[in-house]
Amino acid sequence: MSARITAAVFTSHVPAIGVAMDLGKTEEPYWQPLFAGYEAGRTWIQDNPPDAVILVYNDHGNAFGLDMVPTFALGMSPSYEPADEGWGPRPVPSVQGHPALSAHIAHSVIQQDFDLTLVNEMPVDHGLTVPLSIMFGQPEQWPCPVVPLAVNVVQYPVPSGRRCLELGKAIRRAVESFDDDLNVQIWGTGGMSHQLQGPRAGLINSAFDNAFLDRIVTDPEGQAGIDHVEYVREAGSEGIELVMWLVARGAMADLAGGPPPQEVHRLYHVPASNTAVGQLILQDDAT
Amino acid sequence: MALDKPYLDIPGTTVFDTDQAAAGYALNQFCRSLMDADNRERFHADERAYLDEWPMSEDQKLGVIARDLNGLITLGGNIYFLAKIGASDGQSYLQIVSSMTENDAAGHAEMMLNGGRSPDGNRYLHEWKDRT
Repeated sequence: MSARITAAVFTSHVPAIGVAMDLGKTEEPYWQPLFAGYEAGRTWIQDNPPDAVILVYNDHGNAFGLDMVPTFALGMSPSYEPADEGWGPRPVPSVQGHPALSAHIAHSVIQQDFDLTLVNEMPVDHGLTVPLSIMFGQPEQWPCPVVPLAVNVVQYPVPSGRRCLELGKAIRRAVESFDDDLNVQIWGTGGMSHQLQGPRAGLINSAFDNAFLDRIVTDPEGQAGIDHVEYVREAGSEGIELVMWLVARGAMADLAGGPPPQEVHRLYHVPASNTAVGQLILQDDAT
Repeated sequence: MALDKPYLDIPGTTVFDTDQAAAGYALNQFCRSLMDADNRERFHADERAYLDEWPMSEDQKLGVIARDLNGLITLGGNIYFLAKIGASDGQSYLQIVSSMTENDAAGHAEMMLNGGRSPDGNRYLHEWKDRT
Protein backbone atom coordinates (compact mmCIF):
# COMPACT_ATOMS: atom_id res chain seq x y z
CA MET A 1 0.00 0.00 0.00
CA SER A 2 1.36 3.39 -0.90
CA ALA A 3 0.99 6.63 0.97
CA ARG A 4 -2.39 8.36 0.98
CA ILE A 5 -3.96 11.59 2.19
CA THR A 6 -6.76 10.70 4.57
CA ALA A 7 -7.84 14.03 6.01
CA ALA A 8 -7.35 17.77 5.95
CA VAL A 9 -7.27 19.94 9.05
CA PHE A 10 -7.79 23.68 8.68
CA THR A 11 -6.97 25.97 11.57
CA SER A 12 -5.99 29.48 12.54
CA HIS A 13 -2.49 29.80 13.99
CA VAL A 14 -2.85 32.86 16.24
CA PRO A 15 0.32 33.25 18.35
CA ALA A 16 -1.68 34.19 21.46
CA ILE A 17 -3.27 30.71 21.43
CA GLY A 18 0.20 29.24 21.84
CA VAL A 19 1.04 31.76 24.55
CA ALA A 20 -2.15 30.86 26.43
CA MET A 21 -1.10 27.21 26.44
CA ASP A 22 2.55 27.92 27.24
CA LEU A 23 1.57 30.10 30.22
CA GLY A 24 -1.19 27.80 31.49
CA LYS A 25 -4.04 30.25 30.83
CA THR A 26 -6.39 27.95 28.95
CA GLU A 27 -8.87 27.75 31.87
CA GLU A 28 -9.16 31.53 32.19
CA PRO A 29 -12.56 32.91 31.14
CA TYR A 30 -11.08 34.60 28.06
CA TRP A 31 -9.66 31.34 26.70
CA GLN A 32 -11.82 28.59 28.18
CA PRO A 33 -14.55 28.61 25.50
CA LEU A 34 -12.02 28.35 22.68
CA PHE A 35 -10.09 25.50 24.26
CA ALA A 36 -13.33 23.71 25.08
CA GLY A 37 -14.05 23.97 21.37
CA TYR A 38 -10.69 22.39 20.54
CA GLU A 39 -11.50 19.21 22.49
CA ALA A 40 -13.45 17.66 19.60
CA GLY A 41 -10.51 18.01 17.22
CA ARG A 42 -8.10 16.59 19.79
CA THR A 43 -10.34 13.58 20.34
CA TRP A 44 -10.69 13.09 16.59
CA ILE A 45 -6.94 13.09 16.02
CA GLN A 46 -6.40 10.59 18.84
CA ASP A 47 -8.79 8.30 16.98
CA ASN A 48 -7.27 9.14 13.59
CA PRO A 49 -3.53 9.56 14.24
CA PRO A 50 -1.50 10.49 11.16
CA ASP A 51 1.85 8.91 10.32
CA ALA A 52 2.94 12.28 8.95
CA VAL A 53 1.51 15.77 8.52
CA ILE A 54 2.16 18.10 5.61
CA LEU A 55 1.73 21.43 7.35
CA VAL A 56 0.97 24.43 5.15
CA TYR A 57 1.66 27.69 6.98
CA ASN A 58 3.38 30.99 6.55
CA ASP A 59 6.54 32.24 8.13
CA HIS A 60 6.25 35.68 9.75
CA GLY A 61 9.69 37.17 9.13
CA ASN A 62 11.43 34.49 11.20
CA ALA A 63 12.88 31.77 8.97
CA PHE A 64 12.86 34.19 6.07
CA GLY A 65 13.72 37.86 6.33
CA LEU A 66 13.39 40.08 3.31
CA ASP A 67 16.76 38.91 1.99
CA MET A 68 14.92 35.91 0.52
CA VAL A 69 11.17 35.70 -0.10
CA PRO A 70 10.30 32.25 -1.46
CA THR A 71 6.70 31.87 -2.64
CA PHE A 72 6.52 28.16 -1.76
CA ALA A 73 9.25 26.76 0.51
CA LEU A 74 9.38 23.06 1.37
CA GLY A 75 11.26 21.91 4.45
CA MET A 76 13.65 19.02 3.70
CA SER A 77 15.20 18.62 7.12
CA PRO A 78 15.12 15.82 9.73
CA SER A 79 14.29 18.43 12.39
CA TYR A 80 13.26 22.05 12.91
CA GLU A 81 13.70 24.20 16.03
CA PRO A 82 11.05 26.64 17.31
CA ALA A 83 12.02 30.20 16.33
CA ASP A 84 12.78 33.04 18.71
CA GLU A 85 10.31 35.55 17.28
CA GLY A 86 11.39 38.28 19.69
CA TRP A 87 9.86 36.96 22.92
CA GLY A 88 12.18 33.94 23.16
CA PRO A 89 11.40 30.56 21.58
CA ARG A 90 8.13 28.81 22.50
CA PRO A 91 8.72 26.06 25.08
CA VAL A 92 7.52 23.30 22.76
CA PRO A 93 9.34 20.24 21.40
CA SER A 94 11.54 20.34 18.33
CA VAL A 95 9.64 19.35 15.21
CA GLN A 96 10.78 16.14 13.56
CA GLY A 97 10.75 16.19 9.78
CA HIS A 98 10.30 13.42 7.22
CA PRO A 99 13.19 13.89 4.78
CA ALA A 100 12.20 10.96 2.55
CA LEU A 101 8.65 12.25 2.08
CA SER A 102 9.98 15.79 1.58
CA ALA A 103 12.40 14.61 -1.08
CA HIS A 104 9.65 12.67 -2.84
CA ILE A 105 7.26 15.66 -2.79
CA ALA A 106 10.00 17.94 -4.11
CA HIS A 107 10.84 15.53 -6.92
CA SER A 108 7.22 15.07 -7.93
CA VAL A 109 5.82 18.57 -7.43
CA ILE A 110 8.65 20.42 -9.17
CA GLN A 111 8.15 18.13 -12.15
CA GLN A 112 4.48 19.15 -12.06
CA ASP A 113 5.69 22.72 -12.75
CA PHE A 114 5.60 24.15 -9.21
CA ASP A 115 8.96 25.80 -8.56
CA LEU A 116 9.35 24.99 -4.89
CA THR A 117 12.23 26.45 -2.91
CA LEU A 118 13.87 23.61 -0.97
CA VAL A 119 15.01 24.51 2.53
CA ASN A 120 17.46 22.32 4.40
CA GLU A 121 17.72 24.48 7.51
CA MET A 122 15.12 26.75 9.04
CA PRO A 123 13.49 27.50 12.36
CA VAL A 124 9.70 27.19 12.49
CA ASP A 125 7.56 29.93 14.00
CA HIS A 126 4.09 30.08 15.54
CA GLY A 127 2.53 29.52 12.11
CA LEU A 128 3.66 25.88 12.38
CA THR A 129 3.90 25.23 16.10
CA VAL A 130 0.54 26.70 17.18
CA PRO A 131 -1.45 24.30 14.95
CA LEU A 132 0.51 21.39 16.47
CA SER A 133 -0.35 22.68 19.96
CA ILE A 134 -4.01 23.12 19.03
CA MET A 135 -4.32 19.56 17.76
CA PHE A 136 -1.89 17.65 19.97
CA GLY A 137 -1.86 19.65 23.22
CA GLN A 138 1.39 19.62 25.20
CA PRO A 139 3.15 16.28 24.67
CA GLU A 140 6.83 15.63 25.49
CA GLN A 141 7.37 15.00 21.78
CA TRP A 142 5.12 15.70 18.81
CA PRO A 143 3.50 12.39 17.90
CA CYS A 144 4.44 12.35 14.20
CA PRO A 145 6.87 13.84 11.73
CA VAL A 146 5.95 17.04 9.91
CA VAL A 147 6.76 18.25 6.40
CA PRO A 148 6.62 22.06 6.52
CA LEU A 149 5.39 23.94 3.47
CA ALA A 150 5.78 27.68 3.95
CA VAL A 151 3.75 29.97 1.69
CA ASN A 152 4.62 33.63 1.27
CA VAL A 153 1.58 35.64 2.31
CA VAL A 154 3.60 38.48 3.86
CA GLN A 155 4.98 40.34 0.84
CA TYR A 156 2.81 41.03 -2.19
CA PRO A 157 2.20 39.60 -4.60
CA VAL A 158 1.31 36.37 -2.83
CA PRO A 159 0.21 33.27 -4.74
CA SER A 160 -3.40 33.25 -5.92
CA GLY A 161 -6.06 31.03 -4.44
CA ARG A 162 -6.12 29.17 -7.73
CA ARG A 163 -2.37 28.53 -7.59
CA CYS A 164 -2.70 27.28 -4.02
CA LEU A 165 -5.53 24.88 -4.88
CA GLU A 166 -3.58 23.50 -7.85
CA LEU A 167 -0.50 23.03 -5.65
CA GLY A 168 -2.62 20.94 -3.32
CA LYS A 169 -3.68 18.75 -6.23
CA ALA A 170 -0.03 18.28 -7.20
CA ILE A 171 0.85 17.36 -3.60
CA ARG A 172 -1.87 14.73 -3.61
CA ARG A 173 -0.38 13.14 -6.74
CA ALA A 174 3.05 13.26 -5.11
CA VAL A 175 1.89 11.56 -1.91
CA GLU A 176 0.01 8.85 -3.78
CA SER A 177 3.19 7.92 -5.64
CA PHE A 178 5.24 7.56 -2.44
CA ASP A 179 5.79 3.85 -1.92
CA ASP A 180 5.70 3.71 1.89
CA ASP A 181 2.49 2.72 3.63
CA LEU A 182 1.85 6.11 5.18
CA ASN A 183 -1.31 7.75 6.50
CA VAL A 184 -0.77 11.43 5.67
CA GLN A 185 -2.82 14.40 6.77
CA ILE A 186 -2.48 17.81 5.18
CA TRP A 187 -3.13 20.85 7.31
CA GLY A 188 -3.91 24.32 5.96
CA THR A 189 -3.40 27.08 8.52
CA GLY A 190 -3.79 30.82 9.06
CA GLY A 191 -6.67 33.27 9.12
CA MET A 192 -9.48 33.80 9.63
CA SER A 193 -10.35 37.48 9.30
CA HIS A 194 -7.83 39.76 10.96
CA GLN A 195 -5.89 42.91 10.34
CA LEU A 196 -2.81 43.65 12.43
CA GLN A 197 -1.72 46.93 10.87
CA GLY A 198 -2.80 50.51 10.46
CA PRO A 199 -5.86 52.42 11.68
CA ARG A 200 -8.17 49.68 10.34
CA ALA A 201 -6.52 47.07 12.59
CA GLY A 202 -8.94 44.86 14.49
CA LEU A 203 -11.19 44.18 11.52
CA ILE A 204 -13.28 41.04 11.89
CA ASN A 205 -15.80 39.85 9.29
CA SER A 206 -17.73 36.89 10.63
CA ALA A 207 -20.09 36.85 7.64
CA PHE A 208 -17.13 36.49 5.28
CA ASP A 209 -15.48 33.87 7.48
CA ASN A 210 -18.57 31.69 7.78
CA ALA A 211 -19.24 31.91 4.06
CA PHE A 212 -15.62 30.85 3.50
CA LEU A 213 -16.05 27.89 5.86
CA ASP A 214 -19.11 26.79 3.89
CA ARG A 215 -17.60 27.30 0.48
CA ILE A 216 -14.22 25.67 1.10
CA VAL A 217 -16.15 22.49 1.88
CA THR A 218 -18.66 22.57 -0.96
CA ASP A 219 -17.10 24.74 -3.70
CA PRO A 220 -13.31 24.97 -3.39
CA GLU A 221 -12.92 25.56 -7.12
CA GLY A 222 -15.18 28.60 -6.84
CA GLN A 223 -13.41 29.88 -3.74
CA ALA A 224 -10.10 29.55 -5.58
CA GLY A 225 -11.29 32.22 -8.01
CA ILE A 226 -11.56 34.92 -5.34
CA ASP A 227 -9.04 37.74 -5.82
CA HIS A 228 -6.51 38.84 -3.22
CA VAL A 229 -8.09 42.25 -2.94
CA GLU A 230 -11.38 40.76 -1.84
CA TYR A 231 -9.67 38.88 0.99
CA VAL A 232 -7.86 42.05 2.08
CA ARG A 233 -10.90 44.31 1.82
CA GLU A 234 -13.32 41.87 3.46
CA ALA A 235 -11.16 39.80 5.82
CA GLY A 236 -8.35 42.26 6.62
CA SER A 237 -4.80 42.58 5.37
CA GLU A 238 -3.73 39.44 7.24
CA GLY A 239 -6.92 37.57 6.31
CA ILE A 240 -5.15 36.81 3.04
CA GLU A 241 -3.61 33.87 4.94
CA LEU A 242 -6.81 31.99 4.12
CA VAL A 243 -5.46 31.18 0.65
CA MET A 244 -3.28 28.61 2.42
CA TRP A 245 -6.38 26.60 3.33
CA LEU A 246 -6.84 26.04 -0.40
CA VAL A 247 -3.56 24.13 -0.62
CA ALA A 248 -4.85 21.58 1.86
CA ARG A 249 -8.30 21.50 0.25
CA GLY A 250 -6.76 20.86 -3.15
CA ALA A 251 -5.19 17.64 -1.87
CA MET A 252 -8.52 15.98 -1.06
CA ALA A 253 -10.03 13.11 -3.02
CA ASP A 254 -13.05 14.84 -4.55
CA LEU A 255 -10.84 17.17 -6.60
CA ALA A 256 -9.18 14.09 -8.09
CA GLY A 257 -12.48 12.47 -9.07
CA GLY A 258 -13.26 10.82 -5.72
CA PRO A 259 -16.19 11.25 -3.36
CA PRO A 260 -16.67 14.44 -1.35
CA PRO A 261 -15.03 14.55 2.08
CA GLN A 262 -16.98 14.21 5.29
CA GLU A 263 -17.03 17.26 7.53
CA VAL A 264 -16.27 15.92 11.00
CA HIS A 265 -15.69 19.13 12.93
CA ARG A 266 -16.16 22.89 12.60
CA LEU A 267 -15.45 25.72 15.03
CA TYR A 268 -15.67 29.50 14.77
CA HIS A 269 -14.76 31.83 17.61
CA VAL A 270 -14.09 35.57 18.03
CA PRO A 271 -11.66 36.73 19.28
CA ALA A 272 -8.26 35.31 20.00
CA SER A 273 -6.23 38.45 20.51
CA ASN A 274 -6.82 40.36 17.24
CA THR A 275 -8.11 37.45 15.22
CA ALA A 276 -11.17 35.39 14.31
CA VAL A 277 -10.46 31.71 14.90
CA GLY A 278 -11.68 28.97 12.60
CA GLN A 279 -11.16 25.23 12.62
CA LEU A 280 -12.44 22.63 10.17
CA ILE A 281 -11.68 18.94 9.80
CA LEU A 282 -12.51 17.14 6.57
CA GLN A 283 -11.99 13.41 6.28
CA ASP A 284 -11.71 11.20 3.22
CA ASP A 285 -12.49 7.49 3.38
CA ALA A 286 -14.44 8.00 6.60
CA THR A 287 -15.96 4.70 7.63
CA MET B 1 2.40 50.52 -18.01
CA ALA B 2 2.20 50.75 -14.24
CA LEU B 3 1.34 47.60 -12.32
CA ASP B 4 -2.21 47.29 -11.08
CA LYS B 5 -2.60 47.90 -7.34
CA PRO B 6 -6.31 47.42 -6.68
CA TYR B 7 -5.69 47.46 -2.91
CA LEU B 8 -4.83 51.16 -2.74
CA ASP B 9 -8.45 52.15 -2.13
CA ILE B 10 -8.77 50.22 1.16
CA PRO B 11 -8.76 52.69 4.07
CA GLY B 12 -6.35 52.47 7.00
CA THR B 13 -4.42 49.70 5.28
CA THR B 14 -1.00 49.57 3.64
CA VAL B 15 -0.43 46.42 1.63
CA PHE B 16 3.21 45.39 1.94
CA ASP B 17 4.10 45.06 -1.70
CA THR B 18 7.46 45.00 -3.44
CA ASP B 19 7.67 48.81 -3.52
CA GLN B 20 7.08 49.01 0.24
CA ALA B 21 9.58 46.19 0.75
CA ALA B 22 12.22 48.08 -1.20
CA ALA B 23 11.67 51.25 0.84
CA GLY B 24 11.72 49.35 4.11
CA TYR B 25 14.43 46.79 3.52
CA ALA B 26 16.96 48.02 6.10
CA LEU B 27 14.22 48.90 8.60
CA ASN B 28 12.72 45.42 8.43
CA GLN B 29 16.09 43.69 8.57
CA PHE B 30 16.93 45.75 11.67
CA CYS B 31 13.68 44.54 13.20
CA ARG B 32 14.55 40.96 12.35
CA SER B 33 17.88 41.31 14.14
CA LEU B 34 15.84 41.56 17.36
CA MET B 35 15.15 37.83 17.11
CA ASP B 36 18.53 37.48 18.83
CA ALA B 37 18.51 37.97 22.62
CA ASP B 38 21.96 39.59 22.62
CA ASN B 39 20.83 42.06 19.97
CA ARG B 40 17.71 42.88 21.97
CA GLU B 41 19.92 43.67 24.94
CA ARG B 42 22.26 45.87 22.90
CA PHE B 43 19.29 47.68 21.31
CA HIS B 44 17.71 48.46 24.67
CA ALA B 45 21.03 49.55 26.17
CA ASP B 46 21.44 52.30 23.53
CA GLU B 47 18.72 52.39 20.87
CA ARG B 48 20.27 55.21 18.86
CA ALA B 49 23.69 53.57 18.70
CA TYR B 50 22.19 50.26 17.65
CA LEU B 51 20.04 51.91 14.98
CA ASP B 52 23.07 53.75 13.63
CA GLU B 53 24.57 50.39 12.69
CA TRP B 54 21.82 50.03 10.07
CA PRO B 55 21.55 51.89 6.74
CA MET B 56 18.14 53.29 7.67
CA SER B 57 16.80 56.77 7.01
CA GLU B 58 16.74 59.29 9.86
CA ASP B 59 12.92 59.22 9.73
CA GLN B 60 12.93 55.45 10.11
CA LYS B 61 15.28 55.62 13.10
CA LEU B 62 13.19 58.31 14.81
CA GLY B 63 10.06 56.30 14.09
CA VAL B 64 11.56 53.27 15.82
CA ILE B 65 12.58 55.31 18.88
CA ALA B 66 9.07 56.82 19.04
CA ARG B 67 7.45 53.37 18.45
CA ASP B 68 5.38 55.12 15.75
CA LEU B 69 4.21 52.02 13.91
CA ASN B 70 1.84 53.80 11.55
CA GLY B 71 4.66 56.12 10.53
CA LEU B 72 7.04 53.19 10.09
CA ILE B 73 4.53 51.35 7.90
CA THR B 74 4.41 54.41 5.64
CA LEU B 75 8.21 54.21 5.48
CA GLY B 76 8.19 50.58 4.34
CA GLY B 77 7.86 48.67 7.59
CA ASN B 78 5.98 45.39 7.66
CA ILE B 79 3.93 44.58 10.73
CA TYR B 80 5.47 41.15 11.33
CA PHE B 81 8.92 42.71 11.41
CA LEU B 82 7.83 45.82 13.32
CA ALA B 83 6.17 43.58 15.91
CA LYS B 84 9.63 42.41 16.95
CA ILE B 85 10.29 45.89 18.38
CA GLY B 86 7.21 45.54 20.58
CA ALA B 87 8.14 41.94 21.37
CA SER B 88 11.54 43.10 22.55
CA ASP B 89 9.71 45.62 24.77
CA GLY B 90 7.68 42.73 26.23
CA GLN B 91 4.42 43.77 24.56
CA SER B 92 1.74 41.40 23.27
CA TYR B 93 0.39 41.53 19.73
CA LEU B 94 -2.81 43.00 21.17
CA GLN B 95 -0.86 45.90 22.69
CA ILE B 96 1.29 46.35 19.58
CA VAL B 97 -1.70 46.37 17.26
CA SER B 98 -3.76 48.72 19.42
CA SER B 99 -1.05 51.37 19.16
CA MET B 100 -1.96 51.91 15.50
CA THR B 101 -5.66 52.47 16.15
CA GLU B 102 -7.87 55.12 17.73
CA ASN B 103 -8.12 52.98 20.87
CA ASP B 104 -5.79 52.35 23.78
CA ALA B 105 -4.90 48.75 24.56
CA ALA B 106 -7.86 48.21 26.89
CA GLY B 107 -10.26 49.82 24.46
CA HIS B 108 -8.90 47.73 21.60
CA ALA B 109 -9.23 44.52 23.62
CA GLU B 110 -12.80 45.50 24.46
CA MET B 111 -13.58 46.14 20.78
CA MET B 112 -12.23 42.70 19.90
CA LEU B 113 -14.32 41.04 22.63
CA ASN B 114 -17.34 42.76 21.13
CA GLY B 115 -16.68 41.18 17.75
CA GLY B 116 -13.95 43.40 16.36
CA ARG B 117 -14.08 46.27 13.90
CA SER B 118 -16.94 45.85 11.47
CA PRO B 119 -16.15 45.80 7.77
CA ASP B 120 -19.16 48.06 7.23
CA GLY B 121 -17.94 51.58 6.55
CA ASN B 122 -14.34 50.34 6.40
CA ARG B 123 -14.03 48.85 2.93
CA TYR B 124 -13.29 51.86 0.70
CA LEU B 125 -11.32 55.06 1.07
CA HIS B 126 -14.35 57.18 0.21
CA GLU B 127 -16.08 55.80 3.30
CA TRP B 128 -13.37 57.42 5.42
CA LYS B 129 -13.29 60.78 3.61
CA ASP B 130 -14.80 62.65 6.56
CA ARG B 131 -12.23 61.28 8.99
CA THR B 132 -9.29 63.44 9.90
